[in-house]
Amino acid sequence: MVATLKELLIGLLGWVDTRFPLTKWWNEHLAQYYAPKNFNFWYFFGSLALLVFVNQIVTGIFLTMNYKPSEAEAFASVEYIMRDVSWGWLIRYMHSVGASLFFVVIYLHMFRGLIYGSYKNPRELLWLFGMVIYLLLMAEAFMGYLLPWGQMSFWGAQVIINLFGAIPFGIGDALTIWIRGDFAVGDPTLNRFFALHVAAIPLLLVALVFFHIIALHEVGSNNPDGIDIKKHKGPDGIPLDGIPFHPYYTVKDIFGTGVFLILFAVIIFFAPEMTGKFLEADNFVASNPMVTPTHIAPLWYFAPFYAILRAVPDKLMGVMAMGGSIGVMFLLPWLDRSPVNSIRYRGPLTKIAVTLFVIAFLVLGALGTMPAGDTETLIARICSVIYFAFFLLMPIYTTIEKTLPEPDRVTMK
Amino acid sequence: MRSIIRTVLLLMTPVMASASGAVPDVHVEVDLANIAGLQRGAQTFFNYCASCHSAKYQRYSRVAEDLQLSYDQVEANMVFTGAKVTDHVVVAMDPEDGERWFGQAPPDLTLVGRSRGPEWLYAYLKSYHNDSSRPLGVNNPLLPGTAMPAVLASLQGEQEMDADGHLHLVTEGSLDEAEYDRLVTDLVNFMVYIGEPAQMVRGSIGVKVILFLMLFTFLAYLLKREFWKDLH
Repeated sequence: MVATLKELLIGLLGWVDTRFPLTKWWNEHLAQYYAPKNFNFWYFFGSLALLVFVNQIVTGIFLTMNYKPSEAEAFASVEYIMRDVSWGWLIRYMHSVGASLFFVVIYLHMFRGLIYGSYKNPRELLWLFGMVIYLLLMAEAFMGYLLPWGQMSFWGAQVIINLFGAIPFGIGDALTIWIRGDFAVGDPTLNRFFALHVAAIPLLLVALVFFHIIALHEVGSNNPDGIDIKKHKGPDGIPLDGIPFHPYYTVKDIFGTGVFLILFAVIIFFAPEMTGKFLEADNFVASNPMVTPTHIAPLWYFAPFYAILRAVPDKLMGVMAMGGSIGVMFLLPWLDRSPVNSIRYRGPLTKIAVTLFVIAFLVLGALGTMPAGDTETLIARICSVIYFAFFLLMPIYTTIEKTLPEPDRVTMK
Repeated sequence: MRSIIRTVLLLMTPVMASASGAVPDVHVEVDLANIAGLQRGAQTFFNYCASCHSAKYQRYSRVAEDLQLSYDQVEANMVFTGAKVTDHVVVAMDPEDGERWFGQAPPDLTLVGRSRGPEWLYAYLKSYHNDSSRPLGVNNPLLPGTAMPAVLASLQGEQEMDADGHLHLVTEGSLDEAEYDRLVTDLVNFMVYIGEPAQMVRGSIGVKVILFLMLFTFLAYLLKREFWKDLH
């Protein structure tokens, strides 16, 4: 009986395989996708990003069932979710905390790429797909933040959309009205942001995440040593330092998922507002176009770029600097001229540059959420210069520094 | 690397602390497990606040369920507007009347525990003082020029502010200082509760979820170790 059931299932799989590349895809992307065996802590964040993405989509679908995208009802419908919808508060917190943790995970994922040179040849396109995902994610988060229709939702959107008004030749003002669909942020803005947030951008994200993974599996994963594992293959053509992604990295990532979910649950159940960092106090006040909050701050994940914007005295130049601070990341594969990939084998200049860059980025992030006094502006300017110098001087410092010899095979440290 | 980041973060803490100067430096004991306190807070809320202020996202029935009261008790002691017990806590006052009488319509209080925070509410409710320059004869340093009269003055007594900004009781109220502090604490607790009723269950569910996840993660770790044993 057992044998016949097994035969039946094998037969079914064969039936599917002649009509759809199920086994082929399983093998290509999991069971016979050979990843370097020396992945460390930093390699958890790719799969975690996918996990949070799924969380956002699933919780988002349930929120959409109860949310009303209208000026008159939006704020009350969120409170309805928080009070009257069964487990609505949990779904909402999973979505709002998930949004912030998405950026935590993505920033750590990008930092991994940065220190191990994961964007270098032949992974330039992989990096570019990732950067487009990051841009879309920022748009998704920005539009999603308007939906609760609190004071910060309203005024944050007002401030950010007005940035486009800095574009000269009469384009700016026309553009801001076109984005808002009105002369001020209002019902049409809320409606279109809702449409973009729940349909357009998620669809693009799904497509881009697919391209990102396909590009990765085409060129193979980088690793903490930054060396090519395909240089040493066994007689069967399998890289000697490669292990099949499934089961080795699937079980490892399940463990990473568990650790991440514990952290996620601690925030959701015990600090969903994260002291105002994930949900701002002012956003519990319904939006009011007649009352401007004393301090309009972006959420933490936009803060570094907002600090760069404010550090520049001229509005148009500030907007360009902010755009440039994100745009310059796209150029990373071509700015880095180092003969080695991983920071482990780079010279002291790169190590100093990366350290300064991380400090500047964190300080800018802290400054971006604060009101800007003279001291804060001065520090923000210094950090903005460090931020850009890190990228723009990269062709120089990665060329002149002396690198260490790379190992022949991966190391397990 | 990690120590550098930590040092930078430590250096930044005084800057960060000074940025949030609006919250007064008072301690208020928030304890939502104290159901009796919440019940007293609810009583004060419905007797003194709810005739002008709505709590329009909160239902009376939810107050009953979370505060272990029967619908009849809530209907008899808290519903003064003829509303059904399952209705939201709305107010009979027309917002336009409110604006005409006070200069602005009294704001909804459902979420004020979240937007202002318990410390601010506690300090605000204790800081009314006489001020002959104001139309209602009172003012409040927490919200200068406040449109709200000193509703609790019959309980607290009247205060005067001296040149240094200190408040002194000049006429006695029906409660002594400790009793009044208790009343305000209970009221603030109730407002923190209506800000997010899910708080009543959030923590206890969280503990169970996290215990489950710890077990799951431990088993996942054993599984990972088992699979990875045959590598090297």
